[in-house]
Order: sequence, then structure tokens, then C-alpha cells
Amino acid sequence: MDERSGNRSLGDLLGGAAMWLYSAVMRLLGLVMEPLQRVIGVRRMPHVFLLPNLIIFGLFILFPMVLNLYYSTTGGTNLFPQDRPFVGADNYERLFDCDNFLDPNTCAEDRFWRAVRNTGIFVLGQVGGMVVLSLLTAIVLNRNIVARAFFRSVFFYPVLLSPVVVALIWKWILQRNGVLNAALTGLGLEPIQFLLNADWAMTWVIIVSVWAHMGFYTLILLAGLQSIPAELYDAAAIDGANTVQGFRNVTLPLLMPTMMVVLVLALIRAVQMFDEVYVLTGGGPGTATMLIVQYIYTTGFATQVQRFGLAAAASVVLGVVLLVATLAQLRLGRGTEGHLT
Amino acid sequence: MSAVSTFLTRRRGRKRPHVTDVLTYLYLAIGVLVMFGPVAWLVLSSFKTQSALIEFPPSLLPMEQVTTPVEGYDEPLPLFDVALEDGTTARLAQVRRIGLEAQMVDPEAPDQIIRVGIESRTEVERFRLAFENYVDPLQRFNFLVYLKNSVVVTVVATLITLIINSMAAFALSKYRFRGRNVVFLVIIGTLMIPISVILVPVYLVITQIGWVNNLWGVIIPGAATPTGVFLLRQYMLTIPDELLDAARIDGASEWRIYWQVMLPLAAPALAVLAIFSVMWRWNDFLWPLIVLTRSEYFTLQVGLNAFQGELNVQWHYVLAMTVLTLLPITLVFSFLQRFITTGIASSGVKG
Repeated sequence: MDERSGNRSLGDLLGGAAMWLYSAVMRLLGLVMEPLQRVIGVRRMPHVFLLPNLIIFGLFILFPMVLNLYYSTTGGTNLFPQDRPFVGADNYERLFDCDNFLDPNTCAEDRFWRAVRNTGIFVLGQVGGMVVLSLLTAIVLNRNIVARAFFRSVFFYPVLLSPVVVALIWKWILQRNGVLNAALTGLGLEPIQFLLNADWAMTWVIIVSVWAHMGFYTLILLAGLQSIPAELYDAAAIDGANTVQGFRNVTLPLLMPTMMVVLVLALIRAVQMFDEVYVLTGGGPGTATMLIVQYIYTTGFATQVQRFGLAAAASVVLGVVLLVATLAQLRLGRGTEGHLT
Repeated sequence: MSAVSTFLTRRRGRKRPHVTDVLTYLYLAIGVLVMFGPVAWLVLSSFKTQSALIEFPPSLLPMEQVTTPVEGYDEPLPLFDVALEDGTTARLAQVRRIGLEAQMVDPEAPDQIIRVGIESRTEVERFRLAFENYVDPLQRFNFLVYLKNSVVVTVVATLITLIINSMAAFALSKYRFRGRNVVFLVIIGTLMIPISVILVPVYLVITQIGWVNNLWGVIIPGAATPTGVFLLRQYMLTIPDELLDAARIDGASEWRIYWQVMLPLAAPALAVLAIFSVMWRWNDFLWPLIVLTRSEYFTLQVGLNAFQGELNVQWHYVLAMTVLTLLPITLVFSFLQRFITTGIASSGVKG
């Protein structure tokens, strides 16, 4: 009893201190804001409230977006725009200089097209695997099971882990003397260098990122499943539908809008994938798991000759892809809402 | 809800569980193994000694070979159980190993050397947690510096994020002024623009300000998050204007209305944004990797990556530091688990 009341008073103390600090800071800022209001009037106060956000937003998001377009039309290795020669569409021409777009070896910038191809494979595998597994998990979690909150947390937990931690956990498991190879040898099979073989590396990159992110989509799909009114299932049961028919004719159509959100969100994030893969494989072996963002990062920052123009051009291409995906999401969102009624 | 569950889990027989129930729990059991197993394996491995880590196949628990001091030898000698030629087993200490033969001594009678084949001995092991994996890096590497940098970045960035985004959301939700919709649309339009698309120019801005190798260069660029503005604005729209007007009639200034009326009422949305911000910042990797190139400014994630990328990876330290890195987020999650999952499910924001 004593301990508990001790804890509570400590909590109260901390909470009290935080509140005191909060109002002290806010009162301090008020010493500027209140005279300011008297000078400029109430009508201009919303501008003042917006200002700090807009300065940072403009300086670090809006202005860079415009500047990025300019960078992509300049050459050389200098960072400062005034030192960079204007080269027109040269960077884009270099990126798209290909005899055959399906064969990176015929391209001037072959690393870019390898990255594009890798990203394509990665996106297909990761988004496909993740949507199927999240849906399955959400359906299982939506059943009448014991300890649902616990199981939900189990599937969600990896979402919180940092990409570096995720990559290191799996690097440790997949290494030559790792636990997975121990299991293989236990079964009488030969150990495999999972991360040194191009096909295995891509396979594991996909599995690891599904492992790390599926909990998030499971959660969204579970919320979607739980929002389906129970009366519809009752009605279907009265009409003599079995579980499979109920799923196909009630669950799937009503879950479609949520599925679309999940699909496009997963797609957008998969196209931007970088950290986990970079730490797990470094893009290797060779360039087997190098994705587009890693191409941008290495071209602009992680080489001796920093080709900022080429990196900017590649990121503009990536930005266009993301824009199209986002617009498709808005479009699909509108389309599926129509089906709901 | 319960009707859905009964429909999905209705049983054919009276007592016998339906086959789908068995499959459900089988799926969940495999799920626990696959989702928790890797983390559990990391934690177990992090307590193994350096020599136990290179063992193949690895043992499940952290084990260590027992050593014993023997008269006449400076170092403690490793203990083995040896199957002798007469069929008995003896516990002997190994002096040295020469090819396929090992020279052993009986710790009780250290004068006589016994030669045995290495096949006939097995190591004597005991369970021990190698806490030195956790303690050594704290003294020998910059781990504490990385930790401090990560904490500074996370705390300062989260506070700034909360203040400037709630101010903007307040303006966008509770005032009418020219250009309001334009500002809101521009902010929402960049919701899906990740920093990876504008790396080069943001790096230029940071360089011009002089924030390369400076924690501010990590903290500030992500502070004005469109997600945060959107989340808070949507919540503030649901708070009735009458509450603000009442305060206004009492003579409160707009700033006072913001911090004494609006922010306390928006606390649930602020809490969700705070949790997201902590997770974003603590786990952030690509941007700190570009801005911070000197190791005294590394955050945990960048430091951990640099450390694991070294030619001679010291796994016993890397694993222990990885556990320390995931510990804070795990603790936060175990306390706020329900809050986080519902917050994410309702807002659809990625943690």
C-alpha cells in the first residue's frame, strides 16, 4: 500500500512539474504574442500561428521540391547551384538512354535500371505477400479467439522496430553460421549463404520487409472487418449462406475500400523502401537488391564523385511515380465509395 | 460484433471444436513464433560470449565453458568430460590441443599429462549471461554518445513538432482568413512526398545554414509534418467554437485561448502525434545518415549501422547494442499498447 501511494505521489510530482513547465514556457511566449496581438489585431493572429510551420515547411519541403527540378537540369559535382552548369535534359537523357529497357546492360546508366528492375520485383513480391498475409491475419484475429489483444500486439510489434534493428536481427539469423542454417543442417541439408546469393538475397529482403510491416496493414484491415455490420452476416445466414459464401459475398465487397487503401499505401511505401534493405544487404550481392532510393543515395552522397544532378533527376522520376500512385489512390477511393451503397 | 464472431466460429458439433478453430490457433501459434522468435533469438544471442557466438550449430541458451584453476598453470584451464579407453568418464582440464590429440590433466593430480583424441571429449558448459557484452561497449565505444544524441533528437524534435503543428492546425481549423484553403491544400498535397525524393536540395539548405554535422540539421527539416497538421486539424474541427468564444468574452488573448483552451482539449490527438513523432525520430535512418558524418554526432541508428558495417563485425557487441536500441520502444509499446494500436487504426498513419 505504501509503495503504491509513493508511486502515485511521484507521478503527481512529475505531472505537476510538467504542467508547471508547460505553463511557464507558454506564458513566456505569451509575453511576445500578447503585445503582438494588440499591435496587429486579432484578424492577423492566424497568420502568426501559421508562421513557424510555414517557414520550416517552405524551407525544407516546398522550396526543395522546386529546387530539385532545377538540380535535375544541371551537371558537375558542385553542391551550390550557382557553380553548376545548366545542361538541359542531359540527366534525363542519360537515365533513359537504353537500347532495350528490359535489359539494364544496354543502358547508359545501367545501375539505375537495375535499381528500377529490383524495385519492380520487390514491390510485386512485398505488396502481394503482405496484402495476402495481412488479410489472412486480420480475418484470424477477427474470429472469436481468446487473448485477441495479445495476438494483435504480437503481429504489430515488429512495426515499431527501427529498420536498422530489423535488418540486424535478420542478418544475424541469416548469416552462414546462423540459426536458420543450423536448422537446415539439422535436416540434413547443405547450409546456404542466404545474403550472398542474388536470388536468395532478394527473397529474404522481401520476407523481412513483409515481416516488419504487415502488422500495420493487419491493424487497418482488422478495423475494416470490425466495421462491417453484424446484421449483414445474420441476413446472409438466414438466406442459407455458408461461411465461404458469407466471406465472398459480404466480407470481401465491404472490405474492398479498406483493401484499396491498404494496397496503395503499401505500394507507395514499397517504392520508397530503403533502410532495411540497405542495412541488411547493402544492395548486394553486387547490385542484386539495390532499390531506387539507394541508387539516389549512392549517386548523390555515397560516392567519390557526387553526381547531384543525376540523383535529382532520378528522384524527380521517383516523385512522378509516387504522384501517379497517390492520384490513383484518390481516384480509386472515389470509385469504391460508389460501390458501397 | 459478437454476432459476427458467432457466425464465423459457429460449430457443427456440440463440444468438438470445428476444424477452423484448430487452424486458427495453429496460425496464431506459428504467428507468435515467426513474429517474436527472431527478437527472442536476438536477445538470447546477445547474452552469449564471443566464443559461444561462433559455435555452429548454436546452442539455444547462452552457455559458457567451465574453466578451473589448476596448480602449475597460470591461466584457468577449460574443463571437458572425457570418455577414457577403459570405458569410464573423467572430468579433465585441457592443457593444449595438438592436431587431433589433446593433452589433458586431472585437476586433482596435475602432474600427469593424459593424451586423448579430441573426439572423445565433450565440453563442460554452464548457463551464464554475458553481461559484459552490454557493459563493455558503454565504456569502449561511443554508445553513450549515440544514445544521448538519439534522446536529444527525439525529445526536442517531438516538442517542436507538437508546438508548431498544433499552432498551424489551430489557425487552419478555428479562423477564417484569406488563403486558408490554399495553405491547407498545399500542405496536404505534400503528404505523400518522402524526404528521399528531395534529398539533394534539402541537403543544400542544411549546408547553407551550416547544419551539417549538427543535430539541428536532423531535428528541424522533419518538424513541420503534413501528417501532424492534418491529424490535429481534423481533431480540432470537432471542438466547438463556443468554448473559444466564451474565453474570448472573458478577455483572453488568442495565444491564451490556444494554450489554455485548445491544447488541453486536443490532448488525445496530441498524444497520438507525440507517439508517432517519438517512433519516427527514434527510428529515423536515411536523413541522419546524410547529415551526420562524424561519429560524435551519430544517432543510435547511424552508429549501429556504422558499427555493423565494419570489416570485423563484433557480433557480441552489435547484438547487445541492438537490444538496447529496441528496448525503449518496446517499453513504450508494452505500456501504451492499446492506445497505440487504436490510434493507428483510427488515423491510418504509419508508425
